[in-house]
Amino acid sequence: MERISSNQPPLSEARIAAELKTREITLNMGPQHPATHGVLRLVLELDGETVVKCTPYVGYLHRGIEKLGENLTYLAALPLTDRLDYVSAMNNNIGYVNAVERLFGIEVPERAKFIRTMVAEMGRISNHLLWLGTHALDIGAITPFLYVFREREWIMDLFEELCGARLTLSYPRIGGVRNDLSQKFIDSLYEFTEKFPSRVDEYETLLTENRIWLKRTKGIGVISAEEAINLGFSGPTLRGSNVKYDVRKHAPYDAYDKVEFEVPVGFNGDVFDRYMVRIKEMRQANRIIRQCIEKLPKGPIMADAPEFTLQPKDEMMPVTHPAIEHAFYIDEKVCKGCGMCLRACPAKAIFGEKKQPHKIRQELCVACATCYATCPFKNIRIIPGGKGLSEERLKELAESPIPEEIAKAAEHLVKQFTIIRRGPRVPEGELYVATEVPKGELGFYFVSDGRGRPYRMRIRAPSYVHAMALPRLCEGGLVADIISNIGSIDIVLGECDR
Amino acid sequence: MLEGAISQQVLDTLIKHGITIGLTLLYIVIVISIALLHVAYATYFERKSIGHMQVRLGPIEVGPHGLLQPIADGLKLLFKEDIVPEAADKPVFWIAPLIFFIAAITSLAVVPFSQGWVIADINIALLFLFAMSSLGAYGIVISGWSSNSKYAFLGGLRSAAQVISYEIAMGLSLVGVMIMAGSLNLSEIVRAQQDYPLGIYAIPQIIGFVVFVIAMFAETSRCPFDLPEAESELVAGYFVEYSGFRFALFFLGEYVGMFVMSSIATLCFLGGWTIPQYLLSIPVLGGVLSAVPGIVWFLLKVYFFMFLYFWVRATVPRYRYDQLMAIGWKILIPVALANIVITGLIKLYATGVI
Repeated sequence: MERISSNQPPLSEARIAAELKTREITLNMGPQHPATHGVLRLVLELDGETVVKCTPYVGYLHRGIEKLGENLTYLAALPLTDRLDYVSAMNNNIGYVNAVERLFGIEVPERAKFIRTMVAEMGRISNHLLWLGTHALDIGAITPFLYVFREREWIMDLFEELCGARLTLSYPRIGGVRNDLSQKFIDSLYEFTEKFPSRVDEYETLLTENRIWLKRTKGIGVISAEEAINLGFSGPTLRGSNVKYDVRKHAPYDAYDKVEFEVPVGFNGDVFDRYMVRIKEMRQANRIIRQCIEKLPKGPIMADAPEFTLQPKDEMMPVTHPAIEHAFYIDEKVCKGCGMCLRACPAKAIFGEKKQPHKIRQELCVACATCYATCPFKNIRIIPGGKGLSEERLKELAESPIPEEIAKAAEHLVKQFTIIRRGPRVPEGELYVATEVPKGELGFYFVSDGRGRPYRMRIRAPSYVHAMALPRLCEGGLVADIISNIGSIDIVLGECDR
Repeated sequence: MLEGAISQQVLDTLIKHGITIGLTLLYIVIVISIALLHVAYATYFERKSIGHMQVRLGPIEVGPHGLLQPIADGLKLLFKEDIVPEAADKPVFWIAPLIFFIAAITSLAVVPFSQGWVIADINIALLFLFAMSSLGAYGIVISGWSSNSKYAFLGGLRSAAQVISYEIAMGLSLVGVMIMAGSLNLSEIVRAQQDYPLGIYAIPQIIGFVVFVIAMFAETSRCPFDLPEAESELVAGYFVEYSGFRFALFFLGEYVGMFVMSSIATLCFLGGWTIPQYLLSIPVLGGVLSAVPGIVWFLLKVYFFMFLYFWVRATVPRYRYDQLMAIGWKILIPVALANIVITGLIKLYATGVI
């Protein structure tokens, strides 16, 4: 046993340092944490309260949206984009449909463009409101959170009036929008735009000149313009660092070139500047909505491109009317027995030898029209209201000439069917289309091999890029600054993890 | 048989002390039960007032206007499962909330609610209050340590540093009052204010008053100094691992602490249960005012401070840890020291020493 005697030499500095070895605490912040905005996980190494190292981990909300998009037609993948950044679903939808329209080469009617611009800015306001509320709540101000939800609720109600949904909207369509605006919606939105600026003033009285707010946000998470560009920032996070880049201004889509608005920028690139940019952006968004209501032109809301878009449902009514049950009948004289319909039939109702005329078992037929669309010789006849009739009667009806409207409607049905099942014939090639969503630049990159579904769908999500800058922003700061920084880059993990 | 063993005198003394002890116990029971009732309804008051500030209603479902909500909350906490973390230091974990709560509730012993309404009218009442509020910090620190959770640990550390720093500022801010009143007995301080021409010490001791109010927020870990329990940073801070009634003890302790701090502010700066003499000398109004019992004034003043707590909570964000320390050490302590010097010089001048 070592004994400490009085004549032992005093411990050297190095010896003390070696004996009292200090090491950093590793703190696992998230994926369940009230301030990491979802399921972001930060592994922190702390020296007391100072952050020595910060490592973000993402992927806890990965649902494989890009891969799912490759297995769905362009039309069917639209609702997936709602689930990217679920706080501003409208903007994601618009980003997606814009990219797909560019791929298809469809020109959208003017009215639809204005409507889209209007609802996109509504989405921007609702996103920024949620951001403001949670950002302020993280820094400790609880009241703005409830104030912003009052206005966000109003926007939600407006969305509900517009398309029936509140959060996952899927309102825009490839080639236009789902339905036209009602007068009630326009009136209510106009009232909103009149009241909203004073509400923004209300939030600002609580925060913008608040001493504590300034102390918590000024000079925190400073990013220079050069560094912000190198890190790949976009949107308000980039503009906070005095870079005037906005997709809406520099590569206008929809009706952004027909409305006036300013692009606010910050100067120091700190948390406060990013806050001010978003506050000013809300006012600009309000201005855009106002102009869209005033300038809203008349006209159609869907592009006239029947090879790519679904036409209004009433045009195909005679064939698909729910009250009429159809029968299908194979013309025995023409059928070559190629077996295409036999293989395609999901109900296994078609039978017959190869090279011999096939037959449909009427009791098994589910009238899905798959055989009708598949038959290379167009031999299969639709007999409206033919369900339950005898074989002779069907033969008799099949031989009589088809009424013209039925023939036209049937043709239409086939078209719709192919668009839904296989997707439209798409030009081959690849393209990247970016739109300005509230969080930054949302890009869709498509590789098309000419089939009805993308060969590759890649999403450039601003939240992912911004989340990866967290170590740069947080290291060297205090634990409390992490919260301010996460808030100021405005990430949503649904978009980040996809 | 007992004759001779105990003289009549000793017997009388014993009976006298017995009665005193019995009465004191009765007072304690009354004070604690009334105080806990106030605590329960302070939570209701907080939720209602903050609710209305935030364009919502606050509790509304349980009972008329949600009046039974505090009771429902208390019952819920009583019946919740008591979870003790596997790796926690159990005896320390169990005792921490008790220390916190007992330290808070013991402070009530020396608080005079009205003329003579005090359990222990001791001459070192102010020091006793400081001692108890510092003791409460031990509860926080050891709860943070024993939970064996990093968030709780950080919360405990923050709390230790914060309470120690602001204890100094708070003590110094009250020295001015002690100099003016010449006593540490709270009843004496109130009586001295009654004799003072301005009626309340908040006017001459305005610096001390402001410093005390700021330190009061920090001492009870309330917004904007609620760093030990900052929910967005440390999830819940030092009590993150506590549940059920152990959590409730922390909760009650915090609110009792707020009441105690509000009471000190009322007694030392706003004249306690008295109202200034010049108000009483107004012809008709003075008569009405003097008819109101002292306890009403006391409670009104205390609830003003309670409302201030809630008002501030609904208004401002949270300070950062280093900023909190900077305010305490670089602003409040020097200002409080300057206040002591100025007050002392004036006192010396007034008494004719210099």
